[in-house]
Amino acid sequence: MASATASLSTHRERGTGHARRATQDAPWVKWTLLTIALLFVGFFLVMPLAAVFTEAFRRGAGAYFAAFSDADALAAIKLTLITAAIAVPANLVFGVAASWAIAKFNFRGKSLLITLIDLPFAVSPVISGLIYVLVFGAQGWYGQYLNADEPWFPWLQQWLIEQDFRIIFAVPGIVLATIFVTFPFVARELIPLMQSQGTDEEMAAITLGASGWQTFWRVTLPNIKWGLFYGVILCNARAMGEFGAVSVVSGHIRGETNTMPLHVEILYNEYNFVAAFAVASLLALLALVTLALKSLVEWRHTQSLRSENSES
Amino acid sequence: MPLLRKERSALPGLNLSLGFTLFYLGLIVLVPLSAAFLKTSGMTWNDFISAVTSQRVLASYRITFLASFAAASVNCVFGLLTAWVLVRYTFPGRRLVDALVDLPFALPTAVAGIALTAIYAKNGWVGQFVDPDGAHRLLPQGIKIAFSEIGIFVALTFIGLPFVVRTVQPVLEELEPELEEASASLGANRWQTITRVILPQLFPALLTGFALSFARALGEYGSVVFISGNMPMKTEITPLLIITQLEQYQYAHATAIAVVMLIASFTLLLLINLLQKWSRRYHRV
Repeated sequence: MASATASLSTHRERGTGHARRATQDAPWVKWTLLTIALLFVGFFLVMPLAAVFTEAFRRGAGAYFAAFSDADALAAIKLTLITAAIAVPANLVFGVAASWAIAKFNFRGKSLLITLIDLPFAVSPVISGLIYVLVFGAQGWYGQYLNADEPWFPWLQQWLIEQDFRIIFAVPGIVLATIFVTFPFVARELIPLMQSQGTDEEMAAITLGASGWQTFWRVTLPNIKWGLFYGVILCNARAMGEFGAVSVVSGHIRGETNTMPLHVEILYNEYNFVAAFAVASLLALLALVTLALKSLVEWRHTQSLRSENSES
Repeated sequence: MPLLRKERSALPGLNLSLGFTLFYLGLIVLVPLSAAFLKTSGMTWNDFISAVTSQRVLASYRITFLASFAAASVNCVFGLLTAWVLVRYTFPGRRLVDALVDLPFALPTAVAGIALTAIYAKNGWVGQFVDPDGAHRLLPQGIKIAFSEIGIFVALTFIGLPFVVRTVQPVLEELEPELEEASASLGANRWQTITRVILPQLFPALLTGFALSFARALGEYGSVVFISGNMPMKTEITPLLIITQLEQYQYAHATAIAVVMLIASFTLLLLINLLQKWSRRYHRV
């Protein structure tokens, strides 16, 4: 890919200058296409972003900041942070384990495994929530277990009933649904990256007497750190912003099972627009930070490709 | 495990990493997903059919499918245009636009939903000029965007745009300039070069982008519910109908509709995988 971009840029340099080359568009074509594309981007991408902040500050900065002194808003922010703090590391560990197995070894059924890892992206968020209700809801398998007369592990049933341990309409369900919708993010970044790096460096480390964990921490991890970071920021953005799946399993109990996106919905439906957009503006800021970090990682990646190219 | 037979390797950790991967995949993804299919297997065939083909459900399929199709089609045109402009032209702010294309991936859907509603409602930035009740209506009749089918289409277009741009962009970057030069030196004008040389090479990627955008739109919920108005038979999308059924404790009905959607999504996923294989082979030749 690096060589392709390099040849493209030299081609471009040759093209600029005096006479227009036959492989370039006429200036009026260029400006027309550019204008249409920028108008489209302006209408569909810039305007919604601008609308969030404009609506949030419609009544001034005082009303904006007042929205965050509300105890329910703070509880929602806290729950969102807790959810992401569990879901992201869980999927990070999974992503590293899955890509280690898939990229460093050969076994049958590998492409099936890769397809199955991507499966949650094909499932509607609403259905992602629904399946957890079916497993852990009062009518689901978990509810049947709690009501069973002769259950497996009676002590466990006893303990769960005594603790009144709920999964659906409670925090564990929100965390599980979030883990499901963000499941593939880290794995799908790391698998192609580790596949392209091969096993030579790890083999060398093992041959020189390093243990498996030493090889992973000192050889593999430094090689994949940027891909890992990339996967984590995307995973985190989705984990904090997920709405549909969490909405199904949450039960919308104010101050208890509302994440930030759900709190935005409640405020909006109560016609409390300034507060709704104020909380939404925090999520929009998160999106902007995510995009900035993502561009930074991509920029670093092309830089390192370019330096490798000039070295060789 | 007969399915996953392994070969010997000098590197350690296969049993641990593969074991954990399969356990976690089963626990988080496969068991819950199978619950949907097991739940419907408890229904009789007739109950299932009547649950997934009632008037209201059919109307929801129709609007979900049509709005998703329209949005994915519009994204094909403007996504291709955006990718073209980003790859072929240099202009101030190109990096910024490039980064901004991913906004729909990064912005939580509920935030996009309320923002789009604010823009297209009758007193919004766009709504005041186009809505039938807008203060500065430009057309005598006006067009209702928020709380109508067009609103669903607008939200789904927002959600789907990056899919087309990000599938077409890398292919466009790697097109060989020699082909265009050859076409031009053989006497083709620019328009002929674009339609006969460039577009055919982009076609597999464009089709993949369309399918990804369409698949995402079919299941989309957060950005649509705020702007659609949610009128049964008219602007009620299928994911919302599933939630409505759940709230009325109609678990079997909700699951039956979900199974229909899952089958549609998995068929699309299979199609997308085949398309990507095709497009990879297409570009190797």
